[in-house]
Amino acid sequence: MNEMTPMSPVRGERQGRASSVRFQNVQKSYDGEILVVKDLNLDIASGEFLTMLGPSGSGKTTALMMLAGFEPATHGEIFVNDSPINNVPPHKRGVGMVFQNYALFPHMSVAENLAFPLKVRKLGRGDIEARVARALAMVKMESFGGRRPVQLSGGQQQRIAVARALVFEPTLVLMDEPLGALDKQLREQMQYEIKHIHENLGVTVVYVTHDQTEALTMSDRIAVFNDGRIQQLSTPDRLYEKPENSFVAQFIGENNRLSGAITEVADAICTVSVDGGPTVKATKVVPGGRGTRTTLSIRPERIELAPAKGALPVVIPGRVEELIYLGDHVRVRMSVAGTDAFVVKVPNRVGRTLEPGHETTVGWDPEDCRALDEIAA
Amino acid sequence: MTDAAIEIPRYQLTAADGTPLKLAMARATRRARLRAFALVLPLLVFVVVTFAVPIGQMLYRSVHNDQFSAHMPNLVAFFAADETKGVPGEEGFAALAKDLDLSREERSIGEVGTRINYEIAGTRSLFTSAGRKASKLEPPYKEAILALDKQWGDPELWNVMRRASSPHTLSFYLAALDLQYDKSGAIVSAPEDRRIYVPLFIRTLWLSGLIAGLCLLLGFPVAHLLATLPLRYSNLLMIFVLLPFWTSLLVRTTSWMVLLQSQGVVNDILVSLGIVGESGRIQMMYNEAGTIIAMTHILLPFMILPLYSVMKTIPPRYYRAALSLGATPWTAFWKVYFPQTVPGIGAGVLLVFILAIGYYITPALVGGASGQLISNLIAFHMQKSLNWSLAAALATLLLAGVILLYWLYDRLVGIDNMKLG
Repeated sequence: MNEMTPMSPVRGERQGRASSVRFQNVQKSYDGEILVVKDLNLDIASGEFLTMLGPSGSGKTTALMMLAGFEPATHGEIFVNDSPINNVPPHKRGVGMVFQNYALFPHMSVAENLAFPLKVRKLGRGDIEARVARALAMVKMESFGGRRPVQLSGGQQQRIAVARALVFEPTLVLMDEPLGALDKQLREQMQYEIKHIHENLGVTVVYVTHDQTEALTMSDRIAVFNDGRIQQLSTPDRLYEKPENSFVAQFIGENNRLSGAITEVADAICTVSVDGGPTVKATKVVPGGRGTRTTLSIRPERIELAPAKGALPVVIPGRVEELIYLGDHVRVRMSVAGTDAFVVKVPNRVGRTLEPGHETTVGWDPEDCRALDEIAA
Repeated sequence: MTDAAIEIPRYQLTAADGTPLKLAMARATRRARLRAFALVLPLLVFVVVTFAVPIGQMLYRSVHNDQFSAHMPNLVAFFAADETKGVPGEEGFAALAKDLDLSREERSIGEVGTRINYEIAGTRSLFTSAGRKASKLEPPYKEAILALDKQWGDPELWNVMRRASSPHTLSFYLAALDLQYDKSGAIVSAPEDRRIYVPLFIRTLWLSGLIAGLCLLLGFPVAHLLATLPLRYSNLLMIFVLLPFWTSLLVRTTSWMVLLQSQGVVNDILVSLGIVGESGRIQMMYNEAGTIIAMTHILLPFMILPLYSVMKTIPPRYYRAALSLGATPWTAFWKVYFPQTVPGIGAGVLLVFILAIGYYITPALVGGASGQLISNLIAFHMQKSLNWSLAAALATLLLAGVILLYWLYDRLVGIDNMKLG
């Protein structure tokens, strides 16, 4: 977006005003028996778009609720701009929040919804009107001020919810699965819009989702949650390319898994004897030496079907079981190294030449195959 | 599309065999509709027979009373022919003598006297005693009847009889509104010492409003607690709310009597704590206070349940959203949570108010003299004074009042917004 968009005046005011967040040894239990969040340590830089990604029950929403102030931390401290906020009530935290089902007040018009945070801050009437108009312009819904939330579509409600969370110019904005209720196409469009708003305003955004595509599209960094812990905190590309454990590899993107044991270690590369199958080379991530059980992880698009001789260090035989046509590419399900759930993605021009029952070979670069911790089967 | 296709006239959509589409649809669904109607038919009959017809009868009775006109045919004919008001001449008294004799034979003279007695107290015996002697009356009747009792020469009595000669009358509504006809036949308000119904209507409205207000005050926090507590606690609480609901009304009212009477539990505790002296026992029953306390308790569930059902549908995220937007907890409650409970408040207040306005047992038992409501007087006229027409007029006014309130509520809040349980 260029400087002529209606957003630019807001940008001028807010440049460089963003909050940093720090979770320090935070634990949370609801019932005194089970820890929902186990020793959370997380630094969020000012102006960053950080996504907490994980399956339901992984503790990500609880972490967000503690940051918003709706749930007290059982142990540990949360800092915003280096000051502890555990004892600050939610309405004094000045944190903008977008809720899962928008939470637009049904008895107020859109403009009244947007004016609400300004009214409780006792701003002047003219000032409020100007800011509401600007917020509506920011989400391109200038003519909707008089409508009731129920008269808006899901996407429009979503825009208003975002505008409301931003209209009082918070320096930290939390979003709790805001796109969960939208259909796929609208969700993708909204992802870009939210991303652009973040880029233009420069605020810190903490975003919670269970949708990995959403996380990959929007985030500066992603914290993958599972079982109350951060499994990996990294940029989207590193998370996808270099998962550090089997959970992350499995949760983000598609992933072929082969179980085996390490037989030889040479620097970063190890040799793994796959159960009931061949011996292959892989990048060693899991700690431990010879004999360590491991799960190999390799992305379907990093596998080459019937590679030219000598082109790849790892080549093993496989049989085509099933072809699934997906338009731009074909998913080939194969029997490889004792598993029949081995998936290879091939461009559809290659896929057309294949037939089920076809005996062939698959190959990959050890760089793309990661030896991770073993998943208990 | 070809040109021919465009030219086909489309006056009516038709089914494949050419019958109009609407007719075809009606035919196709007729059986289903008939079956559905047959299913609701028993209830419809029940409602008509036990509700619509009795209410219609009651409405009719409030403007129709033939206790006089049915038994005094000669006087009715005389009044129809002679327009002059006041005491008539010989002709009128002759008709009266004939009718007195006739109704004595029919043993309906008491009924006739009762009808006139509604409007002029003490006239029932006038008719019954005259009836006993009617067979011995000789012309000229005017002198003979006046000789029986001087009151027969009262022009007001004759005006009342003239009005009663028509079976259709407004006099019961007038009585119910503390109005009456004066000597010239104009409508004036009754003497101050005989105005009982209007003050009672006002008291009924005021007490019902007060009780609805108290129920709201007490019920709102309970309903909120019910809607927000975890399920296992809220279920227990719900049982506490419903327990009195399942207990007999009479039991609950009498238990209030045990608690509130001057030698009752509450007073005993106050005395034993030294808060009030033995001589200063508080009168909490057989007055307005008793009616208010007992009825508030009895009607409380009718407030809590609609409130609860509305509050249950308000997700906590609205309140949280308001907090996150910087509202203090009070502002978040008042500006965001409370407005969303208005349909429940409306339903609860309306329900409690309508129930309270027609409440009978509790005020009858604990109300004493100052805690009586209009329904107690309706019951009195139904059972004791047997003036059913007046009872019907009072009940009709009550019904009209409730319908008016309902209409008002619909205009202000909208009946669609009302949520009951």
